Amino acid sequence: MFKDITLGQYFPVDSVAHRLDPRTKLVLLILYIVAVFIVKDIWVFGFIIAFMLFMTAMSKVPLNYVLKAIKPMKLLLPLMFLLNLFMIKSGHILFSWKFITVTTGGLRQALFIVLRLIALVTGASLLTLTTTPVSLTEGLERLLSPLKAVKFPVHELAMMMTIALRFIPTLLEEADKIMKAQLARGADLESGNIFKKAKAMIPILIPLFVNSFRRAEELALAMESRCYHGGEGRTRLKVLKFHMRDLWAVLIFAALIAVVVILQNTFPIDRYAADLILGLLGKKQ
Amino acid sequence: MPIVIEKLTYTYQSGSVNAFTAIMDVSLTIHDGEFVGLIGHTGSGKSTLIQQLNGLMQPTSGKVLVDGFDMSDKKQRAKGRALVGMVFQYPDYQLFDETVYKDISFGPKNMKLAPDEIDRRVREAMRLVGLDFDEFAEKSPFELSGGEKRRTALAGIIAMYPKYLVLDEPMAGLDPAGRRAVLAMIDDFRKQLGCAVVMVSHSMDDIARSADKVIVLRDGAIFASGTPAEIFSRSDELYEMGLEPPFAARMASELKRHGFRLPGGIYTNEALADALAAYKGGDLNV
Repeated sequence: MFKDITLGQYFPVDSVAHRLDPRTKLVLLILYIVAVFIVKDIWVFGFIIAFMLFMTAMSKVPLNYVLKAIKPMKLLLPLMFLLNLFMIKSGHILFSWKFITVTTGGLRQALFIVLRLIALVTGASLLTLTTTPVSLTEGLERLLSPLKAVKFPVHELAMMMTIALRFIPTLLEEADKIMKAQLARGADLESGNIFKKAKAMIPILIPLFVNSFRRAEELALAMESRCYHGGEGRTRLKVLKFHMRDLWAVLIFAALIAVVVILQNTFPIDRYAADLILGLLGKKQ
Repeated sequence: MPIVIEKLTYTYQSGSVNAFTAIMDVSLTIHDGEFVGLIGHTGSGKSTLIQQLNGLMQPTSGKVLVDGFDMSDKKQRAKGRALVGMVFQYPDYQLFDETVYKDISFGPKNMKLAPDEIDRRVREAMRLVGLDFDEFAEKSPFELSGGEKRRTALAGIIAMYPKYLVLDEPMAGLDPAGRRAVLAMIDDFRKQLGCAVVMVSHSMDDIARSADKVIVLRDGAIFASGTPAEIFSRSDELYEMGLEPPFAARMASELKRHGFRLPGGIYTNEALADALAAYKGGDLNV
């Protein structure tokens, strides 16, 4: 039941992407997101996808592993596509039947939303696949450390993230055990409507919560007994250092943005594509 | 009718690179009213095997038949599962309701019994596990002590009146008095409910005391199976496997090594004491 979850799953191989500084990778993710959002021509998206494949190749993570991240959205994506397709009415009418109308604008928007979501999710999962949770939170802590000046609890936030990520597999395992214990007592988790199903989750959620609170208390004790007192004066075993490859990576991603901007301003093919489709359908503007 | 396991094989993540066969080609039968002790070191496949008994896991190949119900079949599984009560190692995995009373009635309620029958069974189960009704019925299960929690968890299963009671290390983490109490309780259920018991335990002393049949698992296969006398006469082999044979069996084999001529089949403290008492009168052949 919980086997599909790839959230925060690290794929342990050695590659350029794995060796990059986590701070760099976080910045790269931001640059990538910027690139994904400034695309306004569908065909330029092909370029983004090619870049995505290039990053995957550089990370040595199997492509189907990266694509697994899309799986939880298998309901959301078609829904978003259809909603946008039928609700947005702009541009030319491609197709119309009774109350259903498909316009060029709607089709464009629908394609965009799906491609954007896929690009974002795969990009983000590539980050977690190539970065251990510990170095990811350390990167985040260091990246946000300027905020300490305004009393923002950066270290505490990073520690909470580390702990949360650390306990995801533990919780999944425990949920599985609790589920078995309740199934053995005749709990029915599958039949009935949505309200019945939600109610059937109570015998699983309560032990899960109770055990989590107990574990949290034990963890706090264990940390305190090892003199943990927050981030002040805390040093690192491995100090993060930037390398040349980090600079190169940022330059490549900056180039991506530049290329996207130049391509879509020089060759705005979309505008003509609409005319082309209409021409093929034998309709006049 | 018995539980019949035929050529059961179970592979985790079958078909992937991480595939791991936890149980290989195991066949065994659990008869009505029988007390079966299941022993084996960590990772020998005990837990995987007992989860097959009530269909929480299904065989990769082979068959598990509970009173003739095929546990691989979704419809028959529900019927088979109703016959097999399963008590897990940690009560924390199953206690959830506001009061001990409500928690124990969870199983019977799922069986769709009449309210007065549920009430009767909850009271009976609490009596059998030694929880005073007036004192505990309205308490929250989360404010109980470790031993009381375990009793409550046990009562939750007992109240379902299983024909087969499967216990996964029911004594883990209890003090000696607690262990004895739980063991005595299990004997009580057997007498009063007439159920068969399958008990996984690391403590062979506990198994030696109660079991009719002992099954030793090793690397997912049955290493030995027989009466306690048969199994524990091989206490040296068990010891080499990393298991701890009953104290009396080890003591007897150690005494024999020192020249004591003791009869075979000693595995309880009482039998050992009797054998030693028979030596009175200077018949110590050293």
